[in-house]
Amino acid sequence: MTRQVAGEPASQVVAEPLLQLTDVVKHFPLRSSGMLAGKREYLRAVDGVSLEVRRGETLGLVGETGCGKSTLARCITRLYELTSGTVSFGSADISRLSARRLRPYRRKMQMVFQDPYGSLNPRRRVGSIIADPFAANGLAKGAERKRKVQELMELVGLNPEHYNRFPAEFSGGQRQRIGLARALALRPEVVVCDEPVSALDVSIQAQIINLLAELQDKLGLTYIFIAHDLSVVRHASDRIAVMYLGRIVEIADTEDLFTRPRHPYTKALLSAAPTPDPDLVNDAERIVLTGEVPSPVRPPSGCRFHPRCPRAQSRCHVEDPVLESKNIDEGDRAVACHFPLADGESMMPELKEPS
Amino acid sequence: MSLLEVEDLQVSFSTPDGILRAVRGMSFSVEQGETLGIVGESGSGKSVSTQSIVGLTEGARVSGQARFEGRDLLTMGDRGLRRIRGAEIGMIFQDPLSSLHPHYRVGWQIVEMIRAHEPVSKKQARLRAIELLGLVGIPAPESRVHDYPHQFSGGMRQRAMIAMALALNPKLLIADEPTTALDVTVQAQIITLIKRLQQEFGTAVIMITHDLGVIADIADRVVVMYAGKPMEYADKRTLYHQPHHPYTEGLIGSLPQTGGRGRPLKSIPGMPPSMVQVPRGCAFHPRCGYVMDRCLDAEPPIREVHGGIDHRSACWLPPEAVGRRTDDSALAAQSARRHGGDAVIEPASAAQESTPA
Amino acid sequence: MTLTPPATAEAAAARVEPAAVDTIEGRSPWQLAFVRLRHDRVAVGSSAVICLIVLLAVLAPVVAHLLGHGPNQQFRTTGLSAEGIPVGPGSTFLFGTDDLGRDVLVRVLYGARISLLVGVVASGLAVVLGVIIGLAAGYFSGAVDTVLSRFMDVVLSLPYLIFAIALVSLLGPSLMVSVAVIAFFSWASVGRIVRGQVLSIKEKEFVEAARSVGAGHLRIMFVDILPNVLAPTIVYATMLIPLSIVFESTLSFLGIGVLPPTATWGNMLSESIAYYRVAWWFVAFPGLALLITTMAFNLLGDCVRDAFDPRGNRLFVAVED
Ligand SMILES: Nc1ncnc2c1ncn2[C@@H]1O[C@H](COP(=O)(O)OP(=O)(O)OP(=O)(O)O)[C@@H](O)[C@H]1O
Ligand SMILES: Nc1ncnc2c1ncn2[C@@H]1O[C@H](COP(=O)(O)OP(=O)(O)O)[C@@H](O)[C@H]1O
Ligand code: SF4
Ligand code: SF4
Ligand SMILES: [Mg+2]
Ligand SMILES: [Mg+2]
Repeated sequence: MTRQVAGEPASQVVAEPLLQLTDVVKHFPLRSSGMLAGKREYLRAVDGVSLEVRRGETLGLVGETGCGKSTLARCITRLYELTSGTVSFGSADISRLSARRLRPYRRKMQMVFQDPYGSLNPRRRVGSIIADPFAANGLAKGAERKRKVQELMELVGLNPEHYNRFPAEFSGGQRQRIGLARALALRPEVVVCDEPVSALDVSIQAQIINLLAELQDKLGLTYIFIAHDLSVVRHASDRIAVMYLGRIVEIADTEDLFTRPRHPYTKALLSAAPTPDPDLVNDAERIVLTGEVPSPVRPPSGCRFHPRCPRAQSRCHVEDPVLESKNIDEGDRAVACHFPLADGESMMPELKEPS
Repeated sequence: MSLLEVEDLQVSFSTPDGILRAVRGMSFSVEQGETLGIVGESGSGKSVSTQSIVGLTEGARVSGQARFEGRDLLTMGDRGLRRIRGAEIGMIFQDPLSSLHPHYRVGWQIVEMIRAHEPVSKKQARLRAIELLGLVGIPAPESRVHDYPHQFSGGMRQRAMIAMALALNPKLLIADEPTTALDVTVQAQIITLIKRLQQEFGTAVIMITHDLGVIADIADRVVVMYAGKPMEYADKRTLYHQPHHPYTEGLIGSLPQTGGRGRPLKSIPGMPPSMVQVPRGCAFHPRCGYVMDRCLDAEPPIREVHGGIDHRSACWLPPEAVGRRTDDSALAAQSARRHGGDAVIEPASAAQESTPA
Repeated sequence: MTLTPPATAEAAAARVEPAAVDTIEGRSPWQLAFVRLRHDRVAVGSSAVICLIVLLAVLAPVVAHLLGHGPNQQFRTTGLSAEGIPVGPGSTFLFGTDDLGRDVLVRVLYGARISLLVGVVASGLAVVLGVIIGLAAGYFSGAVDTVLSRFMDVVLSLPYLIFAIALVSLLGPSLMVSVAVIAFFSWASVGRIVRGQVLSIKEKEFVEAARSVGAGHLRIMFVDILPNVLAPTIVYATMLIPLSIVFESTLSFLGIGVLPPTATWGNMLSESIAYYRVAWWFVAFPGLALLITTMAFNLLGDCVRDAFDPRGNRLFVAVED
């Protein structure tokens, strides 16, 4: 999906931010263990995320399961109330708006869900599912609504004659197209795609990725694209943010990130991804992370990655690294690590701790 | 003699919509210590073709042959199969939660599994369970044997399943999408683990997956399945670099390639057929970019593509049509078909080529 | 068909799979369930029995007219033996007579009217009430849920017979009071089932999707969630009808339901108790009518459940999911 910013090369111009997240936090209260349990515990699903999404770009979001990608997506679209922090759309802070005041912004930000089976109401006809955005907002009545629904179905490559069918009669890929049609009904500016192709077969996956790209070009959409398949994210995104335990640990232009990862976690994640080419499979280069992702209820002190990081030093145990640009980079990138990797540097720490 | 030899396996279920032919003539063999990959989209019959040979498809009509060390599994009967399952053929399934019983401790399940097949004391079996959990990389196995499955993470459950599958030192391990539900980082751990155990114990592995990346990593030879049939057999390098079957080519083309950003992926149009109503002729023809007249009503047999190496494909295209994807001849062939003219691949010559002498 | 993706959406539309174009109009889950029901012999059989009972109930006056026996008409001479004992089934009284010399057949048919009326109306009321309250409790968690759920718990834990007796003695027995009492003691179980279903359905992604396009609470409750709890509710309602019929009979039997001389199965059973040694028909026919009716509804309920859920477990969505 190429960025369409008036013909200028993608990486050079810093386009206007369309969405701006500042220190977004979402904690889920845990059921306290006993009647007299003292302090209430929280699951820190998203724990201080700041980033900007630029008009017309595709921002990829990757990370292991449970790291908070979907939660962040739902915070952005205000399906969840933020615990703290702000989300601004253009210049308006939408993070505290009432449901009614939020409505105009809801229309501009839509979501495509991960589960092609769970995200469509099994008891309703697809025509009425796709028309939901119109019905919910009292737009386009009667014959006009039907015409618009059929246009949308055509836009996403569905047979418009099928508007009277039920979701069960469609395959996974077609269901994702239905979800996409619903998301596009109100002509949004931003579409948050939460793992739109994870549940699909490779061949169908490619159809949907192509469709997303085509629609982006045609409608000038901005995407936030969540996926756990790195080759898919790489193909689809202009920039990529890597999440770990509720935080963004690295954000950079796609090719920079893939060719020169700075954060040890990024590097480990990239090396773990299977290469679909037998000649490139290289066990020696694979960094197999040991251990499990720690619980987001009590994240590790200091750098959250330190229990699994081969480069961790004593400083990492106590000091929480901030997400910032390091001087080794000219480009547009930020890393949250005390000891980021230099170009081509191996994971093992050669550097001594600076005093 | 191969460790496992499956020949012309047919499996069908009767459903309210009609007879569902899940597997329509699958043949493959697995040698001692090697890894055979089976790839295909979901519903192509991968799971059914392996589950039916170990007697795990209830209510299915199964025919054909499946010889495990010379013994035919399909005619063996339930008691014999039970003895072989677990002891000689270990199995790992896609969903580790549903294959571990939620109400029993992980250790107990491994112990029971061992004691069902071997006359050992509870204590010995427990020691073995701890050793196995350690072997598959579960930290502090002495205390984790007392855990219930829900106390394990997804990756740990899958490791526990592997421990269970390996408990009796099977000669063959059937891994049915063992990493599909897992993160890449955990997937890498599991694949590394399977590889290591395979080297250590010389176990043969059937790796079922839809992920060509996993195949590239672990398999020696690969079978590509589509609509219940094998489409192509090859070693993995040949498969990736010189696929013959258009379906294989499509699968590989569907993968995002490094450096291909901004360009559309080569997707396969349409979707897999219903197994109740498989298309006539070549089952892939409604989605195939090379389809020729004969594809519509004559089903292509499996034929040698390369002499010497074992590379076979079930497609009417001539054997020389191998490895087309490098020169984008798909489009040429396409236009040839449409305009009836000649192109890189001529349907006419293809027809001559494959006429049996 | 091409291997390269079509450049335009028009082309994309053109490649919609031919295999899927057989029927344009999709069949709804309801239609599918109905088709399955029609192919289920037990369902067809039990529906036929129910239809027959309904028909007989509707035609009760006609039958009474044809036989020339009113439901409360006492045949002191022909209907009672010299000793004042009811006469058995014969050519004049097909089902025999009762202790007052009334025609049991005609009374059983008239009883069916009351039983069906009470069964259907009371269950209907209970279902409507239960669905609305269960929906609200499940959808709005928190205080609303706590209050409504506790209320349902209270209703469910009341010893209903004692309360029914108390209520009836306060209000005086009548058909309306019976219906109200039965509905009041039945809605809470419907409410509970619905609440449980809603709790799990509201976590589904399609509800989130509805919120993300800006749908309000009412729309989500009634357009998105309700259709998904309707199937289990209908199944439960089918099972609730026989329960209500039995409930009504119990009330009548105890003399706190519909008052004599109006014929109800409960009244007849209650009156027949003293005569069961000498006049088996007096007990047997109302009892049999009650049994057949409740059986038919229960069997139909089972079939409806199977029809909505051919594989056995998707109707009642697992709450732990
Ligand atoms: N409604 C909720 N209540 C409590 N905890 C929640 C809720 N939603 C998510 N979580 C927790 O928050 C954390 C982040 O979840 P999230 O769904 O955002 O992960 P994710 O990165 O999208 O993972 P995946 O790749 O599996 O989709 C997890 O630990 C999850 O269990
Ligand atoms: N028990 C069963 N009853 C009916 N159909 C089945 C059953 N098990 C599998 N199938 C069908 O058989 C086909 C192949 O399934 P499977 O082997 O599980 O596919 P996969 O390649 O994804 O492993 C599918 O169409 C599936 O729906
Ligand atoms: S800050 Fe330290 S522990 Fe964290 S990633 Fe960097 S090197 Fe590793
Ligand atoms: S036989 Fe024909 S339709 Fe089938 S894959 Fe080969 S070229 Fe395509
Ligand atoms: Mg998620
Ligand atoms: Mg499978």
